[in-house]
Amino acid sequence: MSIAAQQFLEAAGSITRNLRHRGLIQTALRKYEAARDRKKSAFNDWSAARQSAAETKWDAINHLDTYLVEFASKLEARGTKVHWCPTGPEARDTIRGIIRDAQAKCIVKSKAMTAEEIHLNEALEKDGFEVVESDLGEFIVQLRQEPPYHIVFPAMHLTRDEISDLFERELGSAPTREPEELTMIARRALRRKYLQADVGITGANFAIAETGMVSITENEGNARLTSALPRVMVTLLGIEKVLPKLEDLALFLPLLATAGAGQTVTGYNTLYGGPRQPGESDGPTEWHVVLLDNRRTELLADPEQRDALHCIRCGACLNVCPIFRNVGGHTYGTTYSGPVGSVITPHLRGLQDWKHLSNASSLCGACTEACPVKIDLHHHLLQNRRNAVGDAPSWIERLAWRAHAFVVNTPALYQFAQEVGRIVEPLRKRLQGTPLDPVQSWTRTRDLPPVAGESFKEWWRNRR
Amino acid sequence: MNARDRILARIREALTVPAPKPGSHGHAQEHDGGHGHGDSSAGTRPIGFRNRPVHVARAWLPQGGSTPAEHLARFAAASAELKTDFRCVDSEAEAHAALRRIADDEGWRRVASHHHAMTDAAVAALGRPALFTDGGYPPDDLEACEAGITTCDVLVAQTGSLVVNSRSSGGRALSVLPPHHVVLARRDQLVSDLTDAFQRVEALHGQQWPSMISLVTGPSRTGDIERILVLGAHGPKKLTVLMW
Repeated sequence: MSIAAQQFLEAAGSITRNLRHRGLIQTALRKYEAARDRKKSAFNDWSAARQSAAETKWDAINHLDTYLVEFASKLEARGTKVHWCPTGPEARDTIRGIIRDAQAKCIVKSKAMTAEEIHLNEALEKDGFEVVESDLGEFIVQLRQEPPYHIVFPAMHLTRDEISDLFERELGSAPTREPEELTMIARRALRRKYLQADVGITGANFAIAETGMVSITENEGNARLTSALPRVMVTLLGIEKVLPKLEDLALFLPLLATAGAGQTVTGYNTLYGGPRQPGESDGPTEWHVVLLDNRRTELLADPEQRDALHCIRCGACLNVCPIFRNVGGHTYGTTYSGPVGSVITPHLRGLQDWKHLSNASSLCGACTEACPVKIDLHHHLLQNRRNAVGDAPSWIERLAWRAHAFVVNTPALYQFAQEVGRIVEPLRKRLQGTPLDPVQSWTRTRDLPPVAGESFKEWWRNRR
Repeated sequence: MNARDRILARIREALTVPAPKPGSHGHAQEHDGGHGHGDSSAGTRPIGFRNRPVHVARAWLPQGGSTPAEHLARFAAASAELKTDFRCVDSEAEAHAALRRIADDEGWRRVASHHHAMTDAAVAALGRPALFTDGGYPPDDLEACEAGITTCDVLVAQTGSLVVNSRSSGGRALSVLPPHHVVLARRDQLVSDLTDAFQRVEALHGQQWPSMISLVTGPSRTGDIERILVLGAHGPKKLTVLMW
């Protein structure tokens, strides 16, 4: 078993018993569900809209080379520097170089899962730069020195009291139980940072090929400020973010907001097409767009699961997943958690180390149903299981199934096994799940139906 | 081979194997909506392929109404839900009077704005010191202003949104740094939905794009603490739209 799998099992075992965690997540997600359903019902036809989005993303991903070139050349035409980075370390070094060249001291950052993916903050802090997360949830988890709990709601696992204690300890603020007060504490702390920062780093939600623009979705205005005041702006995005046309946003912005947070559209959806242009009053004089591959092309090379690159990171599949709701976001040990994380992490970080995530699923299909771009998530989990076994077959399992097949295909042997089963049944019941049970890791948490006292054949013979 | 060409080469190699078209993968065929069952390979699809073009997709989205009266009603309802203070008045003079009342109530000492016929008139009517962002400004001065007064490109009935940009709405920060953002708008700037809004924005700016275009929907907000809504996370705590 991989280290990641062992850690997953341990963390899952302890957090599923944590009633406080369970209560917090259930309350938060019930609120989300109510809001999402209200907004979904405002659509004339939700499923047709999803189908249209799936087709648009299909077009974008299956012509990715053409659209990326169009996107990059339009950006460059307006003075943006585009960097192509095949791997995480290359993206990290590129951004470190930009920051060194800018002779920056303070860096303000808005939410970017790609930055989590390449561990950007750690690298910059090691270089001696101060990096401040400006999204409220990200700001909170950064103070706690932990990764975001959820790709959309990073601090969903914390109560207001915990956040108040944290702010008291780290920022010296007075304790309060009011979310509004807590938000204002963060607002005041970050205002100074926007004004001081030399470099602003952002992520992106969509890359519009037609016009050469990046679209950033947020509610708080922190990304707007991050990209307005510092003199250098850096935007890090995965190559799969492409959309062909500007008007595609008319469909994708409502889908993202509805599926992601139960809003009609998110508070700020901002298009960036270049650094400060002649005649403009503010904005960065330099803009760097960093395009990250980091094994996305491996996923692209798998036609069966290529549609996982359609993902717009709305988090809807996490919110409805019974596994996520029980084990929580940190248990996964991955940048992207929940069903989509379980699907893509084996491609991004190695199948054998991360195959356990595809087994941690009831295959109920709630994720596939929730996905606004119709990624076939639960079948991809099955395909990961199949691929994992195909790559590294378990000889014990294979032998056990062979033996099973031989027994059930041989009537005399099968009958004999039934007789034995009936005799050892009382003993089996006692031993199940105890250390004496040879398959206790399986039976500890699962029931085996009792061996019937009478087989169907015998029952039929006796009635005739 | 440089990094760009390396990534493009990997993409092109990956795409030599076609992927199934949307809606037809595995067991999800029941959701296909009856489209495209006869088509086999997806790899031969021309670029820009859609079963349904996006301007058709708008029919499935939340609707913004088809008459100006419906647009207005829809925008007002969306604003109320978003906690945008939306006032539709009969004349520019009435809008100025409303603006003066807000300024008095909130005790504005200094406002920020940009030069435009609408904002110049409003700032003059307000009779308070003003910072104009045109041509550059000290960020600390803008931060100290109680309100930012701007125009907008277009307003969207479907979503209760408005569009500002970095060239003709006073830059990137004016509409997001001061705690109160006031938008001055004309009724003919209100359109039905996002599709219309993007078309209008393209007609206005398509020849020469500003570096930033922002679709603003309500005041700044967060739900990051126990999913409880708080306004004014980092941007404006209040958004007022004065329309005549």
